[in-house]
Amino acid sequence: MIKLTPRAQASAKWGYLSPVLAVFLTLIAATVLFWGLGKDPQLALYTFFISPIENWYGITELLVVAIPILLCAYGLALCYRASIWNIGAEGQLLLGAVVATTMALKFVDSDSLWAMPLVLLAGMVGGMLCSGISAFLNLRLNCNETLVTIMMNYIALNTLLWAVYGPLKDPSGYNFPESALFGDSSLLPILFEGTRLHFGLLLVILALVIVWVFMSKTFLGFQIKVLGLDKPAARMAGFKEKKLAAMVFLVSGALAGLAGAVIVTGSTGQLIPAISPGYGYSAIIVAFLGRLHPVGITLAGLLIALIFMGGEMSQMVLQLPRAITGILQGLILFFLLSCDVLIRYRIVFTVKLPGFTAAAKH
Amino acid sequence: MSNVKRLAMQGITKEYPGCKANDQVFLDIEHGEIHALLGENGAGKSTLMKMLYGVVKPDAGSIIWNGSPVSIDQPAIARGLGIGMVFQHFSLFETLTVTENIALVLGDQAGHLKTLAHRIKATSERYGMPLDPERRISSLSTGERQRVEIVRCLLLDLQLLILDEPTSVLTPQEVQDLFKTLKKLTKEGCSVLFISHKLHEVTELCDSATILRAGKVTGHCIPKNETSESIARMMVGDDIAISNECKRALGGDVFASIEGLSTQSIGQFDIALKNINLQVKQGEIVGIAGIAGNGQEELLKALSGEEIHRNSQAIKFAGQFVDQLSPLKRRRLGLAFVPEDRLGRGAVPDLDLCDNALLTSFDSGLVQNGFLKKSKIVQLADKIIKQYKVKTPGNHTSAASLSGGNLQKFIVGREIDQEPKFLLMSHPTWGVDIGAQVAIHDAILQLRDRGCAILIISEDLDELYKISDRLGAICDGSVSDFLVPEVLPLVKLGQWMAGDFGPSTEPKTATTAATKTVEIGATSHD
Repeated sequence: MIKLTPRAQASAKWGYLSPVLAVFLTLIAATVLFWGLGKDPQLALYTFFISPIENWYGITELLVVAIPILLCAYGLALCYRASIWNIGAEGQLLLGAVVATTMALKFVDSDSLWAMPLVLLAGMVGGMLCSGISAFLNLRLNCNETLVTIMMNYIALNTLLWAVYGPLKDPSGYNFPESALFGDSSLLPILFEGTRLHFGLLLVILALVIVWVFMSKTFLGFQIKVLGLDKPAARMAGFKEKKLAAMVFLVSGALAGLAGAVIVTGSTGQLIPAISPGYGYSAIIVAFLGRLHPVGITLAGLLIALIFMGGEMSQMVLQLPRAITGILQGLILFFLLSCDVLIRYRIVFTVKLPGFTAAAKH
Repeated sequence: MSNVKRLAMQGITKEYPGCKANDQVFLDIEHGEIHALLGENGAGKSTLMKMLYGVVKPDAGSIIWNGSPVSIDQPAIARGLGIGMVFQHFSLFETLTVTENIALVLGDQAGHLKTLAHRIKATSERYGMPLDPERRISSLSTGERQRVEIVRCLLLDLQLLILDEPTSVLTPQEVQDLFKTLKKLTKEGCSVLFISHKLHEVTELCDSATILRAGKVTGHCIPKNETSESIARMMVGDDIAISNECKRALGGDVFASIEGLSTQSIGQFDIALKNINLQVKQGEIVGIAGIAGNGQEELLKALSGEEIHRNSQAIKFAGQFVDQLSPLKRRRLGLAFVPEDRLGRGAVPDLDLCDNALLTSFDSGLVQNGFLKKSKIVQLADKIIKQYKVKTPGNHTSAASLSGGNLQKFIVGREIDQEPKFLLMSHPTWGVDIGAQVAIHDAILQLRDRGCAILIISEDLDELYKISDRLGAICDGSVSDFLVPEVLPLVKLGQWMAGDFGPSTEPKTATTAATKTVEIGATSHD
C-alpha cells in the first residue's frame, strides 16, 4: 500500500524550485511524446521552443501573445491568494472584448482622444460584469465559485458568437461573422515599427507593478492573504470577508476584460469569433506556475506564450496536431501539482497487516 | 506479586528534526499502581506514550513488558499485550452507537455485536460507570464519552491503562467518579499511567510519579509526600516563577452588559443560548466555567461579532447596543479577543509573527493610507516577543512553528498591547506550561488593574478560582449567577456546570455559605 504522509516542514527552497523542475519534466515528457509520434525529438524541441524566438520579430510576437495571458493571470493570482477559485478569466476576457468592441464601433469615424481610454474602460466594465455576476452568485447565493465561473465562460462565449453573428456584425462585411474594422482612434499604437508589439505591453508592466505593490505593501493585500490562508482568523480579526472577496472578483474581472479589449484593439483590430485560443484558461496555469507572485507569473506567462507559438510552429513545420499546445500546458500543470504534493508529503510504502485498519484510526 | 515490573521503558530516545523529544528516558511501572507522568508541554510525555502505544517508533531503547522485551510496532500489538489508551481528544463517531463505536476500534477482537453489547453493559457497571450500549454518541455527555473510551480498553484483558489528561473535560463530581473507577481497577492488579497538568489530582490519586523536563527524566517522587508547589518546581526547574499573587477587584462601571441574549441553534450539534444575563465591569475579571460544548463558542461568537444575530438587542458595550455591529466595529469600541484555537483563528499558521502581530493590531498606527508600515510592524512584533518572553528564533518565524504556550503568549500579548476596554478570552492557558501560565495571568491581572473589563471562559477551574473576581458557569446555553470565588464552593460550581442552577439543597454548612454568597454577590453587583 502506498501512503502519503505529511512532512514535518515543507521545504521553502523547493517551493521555488518545483516550477523549474516541472518545466524540466515537461521537456522530458515532450521528448518522449515527439519520439512516439515519429518525429526527431531534437528537431521537434528546437522547432517548439527555440525557433519561435530566434529573432527580434519572434520575441515581439511572443510578447504579443503573452500580453493577454499575463493580464488575466495577475487578476487570477489575486483571487487564488484569497482562496477564491475563479476559473472564469476566459469568459471575462471574451465579454470584455464584446463590450470594448461595442464601444469601439461608436468611434469608427472619430479621431477623438477619448476613444482609446473609453474602449479600454469598456473592456474592463465587460469583464467586471461577467465576474460580478459570478461574485453575486457566489457571495450572496452561496453557489460554488468554480462552477459558476466555468458556466459564465460558456455564457460569455455564446454572447460573443451571438454578437458577431448579430448586432455587431459588419453590415458591409459580406456576411462574415466579424465586426467592422476599428477606426485608428481606437487601435492601440504599435511600439516598434515593423512589429505587431503594441501599447498593451506597457499596460502589462503597469498591472505588474500595481498588483505587486498591492499584494505586498497594502493592508488590503494583507487582508486578502489572510482570507485565503485562514478564514476563521480573518473573521476573528474583523476583516470584511465578502467585500474583500467581491473586490478580488471585480479586479480580476477588470484585468481579464482589459485583456479582451487589448486583443481587439491591439491584435485583431476587430471582433472575430476566434479572438482567444484559451488565454483565460492558460492564465490559470500561469498563475500557479508563477507561485501567485507577479514576477513568477511574468516568467511563467512568457513560457506559456512560447508553448502557444511553438504549437503553431510545429503544426506548420512538423505537421503535428493543434492539440499539442494543450497537451504540453496540461503536462506542465500536472508535473507542477505532483511536485507540490511531494513538497508537502512524502510517499511511504507500507505492508498491509491484519488488524491494521482498526489501528489506523489513531 | 513477584518483583517483575509491569512495564520498564529503558533508555528510550526519540529525535525529531530539530528537537530531541525523548532523551534516555527510563520509566518503571509496578503492578497495580497509579503512576503519574508529569511534565510541561513539550516535555516529551506524548511522544513517550505514543511509543508505548505503538504509534511512533523509538530511535533507541527497549520496552520490557512483564519481564520480557517487546517491540510494539502498532496499536494493535499494544492492545494485544493488554495496553489500553484513552486519548485527550476522543475518537468517536457521533452518529454511531456506543456498541458500534467500540466494535469499530476493536475490529476482530470485538466478537459478535450482541454479546459485545452485553459485555459493555456488564463491564461498565462493574467498574461503576454505567453506560447504555445502544445510545448514540451524540446524545452522551463528555464524561460519558470518556467512559466509552475507558470501557473499550477494559473489554480487552487490560493490564495497563494510559490516560492522557483525562480530567480536563470533566466536572469535579465526574472527576471523583473517575478516580473511584481507577482505584477499583488497580485493586484488581491493573496498572494506570496518568498524565495530568493538575498537580493536586496527582497528589490525591497517584502512588508514584516520574517527571520529565525537555525530554529527560528529571526526578521521581511519591506524590503523597509532596505538595503541588514542590512538584511544579521539579517540572519547571529553579528559575521560573510558578505562582503569582492575585488580589480580588470589585470593578467600576459596567462596560459590557448582556441582557436576555437568546439565539437559535442552526445545526444539530449547535447549542442555543437561552436568556443570558451577564455584566462585566471595568477593572473586573468575570470567569465562566463549563464543560466544552455547552454554548461557550456560541456566546463568544455573539460577543465578538463573528456571528451576528439579526433583530437582536441584547449586548451593550459602554451603553451602546452592538448586536448589529461587525467584529471590526466592535474592536473599534475597545473589544479584544483571544479565541480558543490559537492556530487557525488566533493566529494564521503560515504567516510569520510580524504578520500575525498586524492581524488584529492594524489600528495601532501600523497602516497609513492603506499601506503597511513594515518597520512599525516589526517593532510591534519584537516588543510583544520581548515583553511576553515568547521563545522564538525570530520575528520572521511562522506561527505554526511556535509551541502552543509560546504562541498563546504572543496572541495574549498582541491583544493586551492594544489596551482594550473589553478583553474576551477563551481558555487563556489551556495546554500552556506553568511558567507561561504565570506570565499570562500576570498580564491579565495588570490589564484589569488598568481598568479593562475581562471575560474569561475556561474549563480549568483552578485557573478560574485563581484569577476571577466573579465566577459562574454555563450549561446547555444558560448561565448561572456570578459569585465571588471565595464564597462559591467547588461543589456548588460543579452543580452549576451540570446545569443545576436551582437554590442550593446542600446540607447546612453549604447553605450558610450560599447565603453569605448572596450578600457579597449583591454588593458586588452594585
